[in-house]
Amino acid sequence: MKRVGVQIPQFFIIFFLILMMFLAFRLEIPLNWIISDALVRLVMNGVLVLSLVPMLRAGIGINFGLPVGVIAGLLGLCMSVNMSIKGLLGLSAGILFSIPFAVALGYGYAGILNRVKGKEEITATFVGFSFIPLMNFFWSTAPFTNPAMLWPIGGKGMRPVIGLKSYFAKALNQLWMVEIAGVRVPIGLLLFFGILCLLLFLFFRTNFGRALKAVGENEQFAGLAGINISRVRAWAVILSTVIGAIGICVYAQSYGFIELYDAPLMMAFPAASAILVGGSMGRHTHIIHVVIGTFLFQTTYLISGPIANELMIPEVAEIFRLMITNGIILYALLYEGGKSHAAV
Amino acid sequence: MPQFNWVPLVFAVFSATAFYFSEMSAAFVTNEVITRFIRDGVMVLALIIPINAGMGVNFSIIVGALCAQVGLILAVDYRLGAVSGLLLISTVGILLSIFSGVIIGICLNRAKRREMITTIIIGFLATSIYQLIFMVGYGTVIQPTNQEMMLSRGIGIRNMVDLEMFRNVIDTLWLFRIESIEIPVLMILCVFGFALMIKYIMKTRLGKQFMVIGESLEKAEALGIHVGRVRIKAIVASTLIACLGHIFYILNIGMLDVYTAQMNTDIFSCAALLAGGATVLKADVRHAFLGIVLFHSLFIVSPQAGQNVFGNPALGEYFRSFVAYGTIAFALIISSKNQEKLSIKEKTVKVT
Repeated sequence: MKRVGVQIPQFFIIFFLILMMFLAFRLEIPLNWIISDALVRLVMNGVLVLSLVPMLRAGIGINFGLPVGVIAGLLGLCMSVNMSIKGLLGLSAGILFSIPFAVALGYGYAGILNRVKGKEEITATFVGFSFIPLMNFFWSTAPFTNPAMLWPIGGKGMRPVIGLKSYFAKALNQLWMVEIAGVRVPIGLLLFFGILCLLLFLFFRTNFGRALKAVGENEQFAGLAGINISRVRAWAVILSTVIGAIGICVYAQSYGFIELYDAPLMMAFPAASAILVGGSMGRHTHIIHVVIGTFLFQTTYLISGPIANELMIPEVAEIFRLMITNGIILYALLYEGGKSHAAV
Repeated sequence: MPQFNWVPLVFAVFSATAFYFSEMSAAFVTNEVITRFIRDGVMVLALIIPINAGMGVNFSIIVGALCAQVGLILAVDYRLGAVSGLLLISTVGILLSIFSGVIIGICLNRAKRREMITTIIIGFLATSIYQLIFMVGYGTVIQPTNQEMMLSRGIGIRNMVDLEMFRNVIDTLWLFRIESIEIPVLMILCVFGFALMIKYIMKTRLGKQFMVIGESLEKAEALGIHVGRVRIKAIVASTLIACLGHIFYILNIGMLDVYTAQMNTDIFSCAALLAGGATVLKADVRHAFLGIVLFHSLFIVSPQAGQNVFGNPALGEYFRSFVAYGTIAFALIISSKNQEKLSIKEKTVKVT
């Protein structure tokens, strides 16, 4: 079923965005600042959102276990910082180091998800949740040696927040940064995101990508066609985990800090919300949904902060963000449920 | 098909090991376990009905908890005394939780087979709405009568609200002492009362309907059960019990942590129930009781054990959050394995 058109979440978020733009205009928040930051935030979070696509396509559902991929990325980043590699090379090293972890963790995660067919989302949520405290053990005893990452007193255990300023903070953000009419356009960053999207797009054109889509659309039919379903699903999970790991690397360099311990706990929910705003409906997920969704979602995030600060109380922004995030996910769950109910 | 569930055994071994290393006195741990039993017991019991009705773990018991907190805040706002306050709290709590239970039930009827993830998201959403009302709404839209509980900026309620007039109203009644162990008999009887009520509900016609729906939706429909309505009843009951349970919890503490008191009640209650040997498909009162004792004794001793063994109390904290989340993840994985076996059995029966 291909339905194009504006659904309630999109309508709601666009309405909200226009309202906030209006407020921002009234409060004289400069527009070029908003656009520059919106472009950065698109990529900063966009890769994480992109990581949901393979699993959605394969019919596994929303990857609420995103923390698994994020942790692989954090491991890679920490290794890179531990070796004090600076600049773009440091970021590339971080991504490179994280991929083997992501493949290994993704393999185990896929094994779990293949055992719980039909209940992947809830299991993924709790696999992600329980992986965080498990990794907290590791973080507090990690054998890293760079003092910039360790607690200043005692010299054992990682800090919860590691500044990347002297390593690769904003390395990709500032690559080929151009200023057009007061708007700073991070061409390098956008190009990176574009290439990643294109690669994923091309992946779905390959034979394996087609098999993956077939499994998502009709598992029994795919099985009859001779596709090894468990294997294809496993690869979808691994791919999602690897992109998630790359996503956190991009996020961390853009943010300028590596956040360890409980920071990734809730990361899956804004990402899920973003892709749903973009118009993704289960198996019918396209890369354009990622781009549109992240842009809309992150821009509302972005503008709500200063507006809340000026208008009322700073907490409002955070509460509204959470309400929007969870409201959209809930809508999607109920909407899809209503559809399948009608079909029965 | 009664199958030996070794989860409680694992918990018992963990608790015993952690207790050994923590070097705490047995009397202290017993006292703490009794306190937790009173505080969290009813909350854990709230999960039993939806599980048996085939809806999985109802993580939106957090909504029930929020309803209780609304009642408590109102009682403080109008500066009510102990008796009238308790009346108001329970009335507001019960009405609100029935209302929200119906809404959650309607939502879950639209999200069949994905109830658990839906209840988690409902819990998150309800928490944000609650925060919006009391952090922003109070002082701007709603005018408080009691200025003492407001933040100094005039908008939003303080993080901590003292419930002095309710402290020790009900939990010191019939307090018995056996050497250094305190036993508040009335409160324990209250928890048992709830347990008996749930036992009773499961024996009634409604309870039988829950069981049939839990076995198979199709079967229930074939038997002419109004599935949607019965499922809503299950969630309303669960939310209501959770609300009452949370009132117990807050009154026992005597302080209301306005924005965080409800946090993690869903996860911990669920983990406790599963620790007692329940699965996401079948749960009973005895699982709840065994689970609370096992889970909470582990919770009490593990930070100190972490301190003694590794010289870092944080490790014990991580361990217990891992246990809480991990138990749930594990139960989900195990349950679908069992389900697969069951469905294979059913199929073979049909073939033969």
